[in-house]
Amino acid sequence: MKERLKEIKQEALDRIQSAADEQSLQDVRVYFLGKKGQITEVLKGMGKLSKEERPVIGQLANEVRDEITEALESKKAKLEQVALEQQLQEESVDVTLPGRPVNMGGPHLLRKVIRDIEDLFTSMGYEVAEGPEVETDFYNFESLNLPKHHPARDMQDSFFITDELLMRTQTSPVQARTLRKHDGQGPVKIICPGKVYRRDTDDATHSHQFTQIEGLYVDENIRMSDLKGTLNVFAKHIFGEDRSIRLRPSFFPFTEPSVEMDISCKICGGEGCSVCKGSGWIEILGAGMVHPNVLEMAGFDSEKYTGFAFGMGPERIAMLKYGVEDIRHFYTNDIRFLKQFHGV
Amino acid sequence: MLVSRKWLEQYVNLDGIDTQDLAEDITKSGLEVEEVVGPQLDDENLVVGYVEKCEQHPNADKLSLCQVDVGEEELSQIACGAPNVAEGQYVVVAKPGTRLPGGLKIKKAKLRGEASEGMICSLQELGIEDKFVKDEFKDGIYVFQDDVTVGEPACPLLNLDDEIIEIELTANRSDCLSMIGVAYEVAAVYDKDIELPEPTVLMDQEPSSDYISVHIDNETANPYYGAWMVKDITIKPSPLWLQNRLISAGIRPINNVVDVTNYILLEYGQPLHAFDYERFDSKEVVTRLAKEGETIKTLDGEERTLSSDQLVITNGKEAHAIAGVMGGEESEVQDDTKTVLLEAAYFKPQVVRKASKDHGIRSEASSRYEKGIDITRVKEAATRAVQLLSELGNGKVLGEIVEEGSTDWDPAVVTFTKNEINDRIGADISLDEMVQIIERLRFDYEVDGDTVKVIAPARRQDIAIKEDMVEEIARLFGYDNIPYTLPQGVMDKGGLTTRQNLIREVHRYMQKAGLNESLTYSLTKEEWATKFVSPEIQNLVVSPVALKMPMTDLHSHLRLSAIPELLSSVQYNVARNQYNVALYEVGSIYLQKQPEVQPEQNLRLSAAVTGLWESHPWQGEKKPIDFFVIKGALEGFFDHLLEDEVTFEKAELDGLHPGRTAVMKLKDDVIGFVGQVHPAVQKDYDLQETYIFDLNLDKVFDQAAYSENYRPITKYPAIAQDLAFVVDRDLPAKQLEDAILQQGQPHLESVQVFDVYQGEHMEEGKKSIAFSLLFQNDERTLKDEEIEEARKQIVTHLESHYQAVLRG
Ligand SMILES: [Zn+2]
Repeated sequence: MKERLKEIKQEALDRIQSAADEQSLQDVRVYFLGKKGQITEVLKGMGKLSKEERPVIGQLANEVRDEITEALESKKAKLEQVALEQQLQEESVDVTLPGRPVNMGGPHLLRKVIRDIEDLFTSMGYEVAEGPEVETDFYNFESLNLPKHHPARDMQDSFFITDELLMRTQTSPVQARTLRKHDGQGPVKIICPGKVYRRDTDDATHSHQFTQIEGLYVDENIRMSDLKGTLNVFAKHIFGEDRSIRLRPSFFPFTEPSVEMDISCKICGGEGCSVCKGSGWIEILGAGMVHPNVLEMAGFDSEKYTGFAFGMGPERIAMLKYGVEDIRHFYTNDIRFLKQFHGV
Repeated sequence: MLVSRKWLEQYVNLDGIDTQDLAEDITKSGLEVEEVVGPQLDDENLVVGYVEKCEQHPNADKLSLCQVDVGEEELSQIACGAPNVAEGQYVVVAKPGTRLPGGLKIKKAKLRGEASEGMICSLQELGIEDKFVKDEFKDGIYVFQDDVTVGEPACPLLNLDDEIIEIELTANRSDCLSMIGVAYEVAAVYDKDIELPEPTVLMDQEPSSDYISVHIDNETANPYYGAWMVKDITIKPSPLWLQNRLISAGIRPINNVVDVTNYILLEYGQPLHAFDYERFDSKEVVTRLAKEGETIKTLDGEERTLSSDQLVITNGKEAHAIAGVMGGEESEVQDDTKTVLLEAAYFKPQVVRKASKDHGIRSEASSRYEKGIDITRVKEAATRAVQLLSELGNGKVLGEIVEEGSTDWDPAVVTFTKNEINDRIGADISLDEMVQIIERLRFDYEVDGDTVKVIAPARRQDIAIKEDMVEEIARLFGYDNIPYTLPQGVMDKGGLTTRQNLIREVHRYMQKAGLNESLTYSLTKEEWATKFVSPEIQNLVVSPVALKMPMTDLHSHLRLSAIPELLSSVQYNVARNQYNVALYEVGSIYLQKQPEVQPEQNLRLSAAVTGLWESHPWQGEKKPIDFFVIKGALEGFFDHLLEDEVTFEKAELDGLHPGRTAVMKLKDDVIGFVGQVHPAVQKDYDLQETYIFDLNLDKVFDQAAYSENYRPITKYPAIAQDLAFVVDRDLPAKQLEDAILQQGQPHLESVQVFDVYQGEHMEEGKKSIAFSLLFQNDERTLKDEEIEEARKQIVTHLESHYQAVLRG
């Protein structure tokens, strides 16, 4: 019987060795270890053995069974490993194929510019003020030191609706309205973004509708140097720390003194080039110290209060910052244009 | 304003100051220089030549061979093709070595076998604009009319070596609409002396008053009028120096009389008008307001009808000029004019401005009068003019100007202290420095302690209040020298309002949902102004707001919906092969609730989408936009901003697909619509299936509330149940859903449609609709009987109320 068990063991190990899949392993298990398997068959003959031989053969049978079981397990694990490897092989993808796009929209470039400026100034304690786009002559002009028949009204030919109503030509009426609401009490710190309208024929550099963003700071002891410092913070924030500003005298009816702010040309660094027309500077915005008439008309004591105001065109800023060459792009809504500004 | 450097140097010494530096310095102090042009040509090889001999070229019909004296030992032989070249002319010769403005370099050459040493030039070849060239020289060479010397450099003679500074003047600096004004400014910037003309004239014994009297009818409109007689004048071309001055300022020379008036206009900023006295045909000048409907034929040949707010210069009967705007044709100075009646006047700016605007004439004169000229210099300017007329036209200036009115000027007096100025500027300028600046400006002043009193000159009408002196002192102190500071006040919180934050949230949501923000025009065409107007707006509005004078029909009315312009943007993209377009806009519409009243603004969220919503081509995924894509985006949006439910009710609206349109309601209040554009309208726009929505954000924001109350997550399982019914095809799913939810209480947590089927195997007019129900109790596990009871309740209710038949 010893011999028989040895034979069984050898035969089993050989068949396990050559088994190609789990099914053949299962067959091997049943054939050798099953209820009617070879080992059981051998053990059936145990009755014929002597008392002394029985435990020896029994132990040997158990050893053979354990060896076969172990060989089966080990082979099974090997086969599983092979199967898994095959599965992984089959499941492999071409990682260079394009992924499923996540369809996100984005903000308009002008919105980005405006939001950026709003965020800067709100972080400095300003509030965002808004007002009507169809404005009265009083708020659009008269309250801003532009009485009827003032020559400077020529500067901004407007779309009138009635003799007293027009499409606002600037966001400055929001300043006048906000000042009035404050009843002669400072401080007033606002930033006013919005749409404005002028009688211009649409072309690469003109648009009958465009956006403006203005700022106003009225309080006691506000100085021109505060305007200069504030504009410097603004310019560096929007255009970069390496840019510098300069102020030049200018004229607006609602400020005195009035200034224009230039920033140093990025292209030539101030040496002069075609972008800055050789001057080394690029005009960005208009500003000034709020005219005492504007303060008085809004109920502020112009001896006690002073203030500064500034106004700029987000279109111009976007055009300079991103190199957009035609103002009409902002209103055509070409998806190929819109999608270029979806980054953060 | 075009400023010739050479002319400016007549008043201010600019030695050692480069023109580009000058441009930058005056830009920084307040006169913005647009551009510096020139010098056109500064070449000593360009000289005056004298044509000694001029013969036909032996080998060329159209060429002449000239022997020209250019001031050298030998005559130069020069071939010349100009038809007007002739012996005895003083001409411009470009000697070999000259480089002409076009880049052409003159060399010794052989022309048809004959040597040619240089070129006789036309003015155009020297870079002078055609419009400044007299007719007689337009098609040929230029011939000097003035006394010139052979061999003399020609560039200075023709002012080709000048530099022209183009200044963009701000409205307040009309004082610099004159060379003298610019000279004052430049002298102030550089702290230099200024040399002004001191006109004197030898007057004839005969008085002007023998020929003319002046009467002013309206002293408000015409505070001063002076008339001066110049007799026996010879009309002829002006000398070269005067022509050069005018050309440098962009004005075409005409004849000596007209040129002198223009010269004074440029030098003093004082417009003058010369009448032909004989043609004026009267011994009196009467200035008065025009009669309504009175007519005049102006110099430009136009017949103009006047109105009673316009001032005219008359001969006592007819109008001969619109004051300060343009003269009449009838009394225009002509070649045969013998006697000149020179007008030097001051007209009220507003009167000139109105007339100039009414007639659409913006002349050099009107643009100065309407900004206010220096009244104290009117007479000085007139004196300078008659002096030049006598010098350049051999005119006899008659005794003394005949005047009416006054040139008195009530100067502005501005008082301030040193501290006031420094407080406004934020600088520390000493009193001495301030006084120095005022001296450089040549303003009269008095100092008393720290207080300064400035008396503004008439030429600087922009100086009226303290802030004006803040500007004068600051700009000459230098804006570059002002420090950078920030306001010292209390730091406020600042930030956005709830509404502003909500608007930002709208943008964020829409962008995350896949839509691109767009901007369209508020002004649209009349036809579009009333299209796609949301139902809740229609009854509020009398009519769209119309512009009084639109520039184009495309932008004549204020929109009541952004949809038409958005659809036009979609069309623009599709026409450029961009087929998947998802645009939204947050913007106002304008509600005219009563005529003539300021319209109210209503904030809308509008969108137009077409094409594929999502796609992943190589995996074969394509999701075209349909009603439910848009509806889903909106539902998510409402879920994000509102606690109350927004319902969608089928609706038929103009321009929309009658079967694929809904109005949206919030608490039974219409807040907008969503749907497919009507196929007929899609065709008009050349669009495929396109969906739109238009939403009243004001109404949404009124109800906006978002609570983030925590509800513990239950540990008891939810139990799912599916129910399918056959119902009438037109029965809205929402009604069944609501009924199920109501009947399934208290444990029914949610209902969701998971299948809708109509068509084959289904009875005509019926559909199958399947719901997935979720039962839940937070405190315990639900019993089967409880769910079975709820289920029965629902089925019975739907069977009896909706004739629903339970399936399967
Ligand atoms: Zn540059």
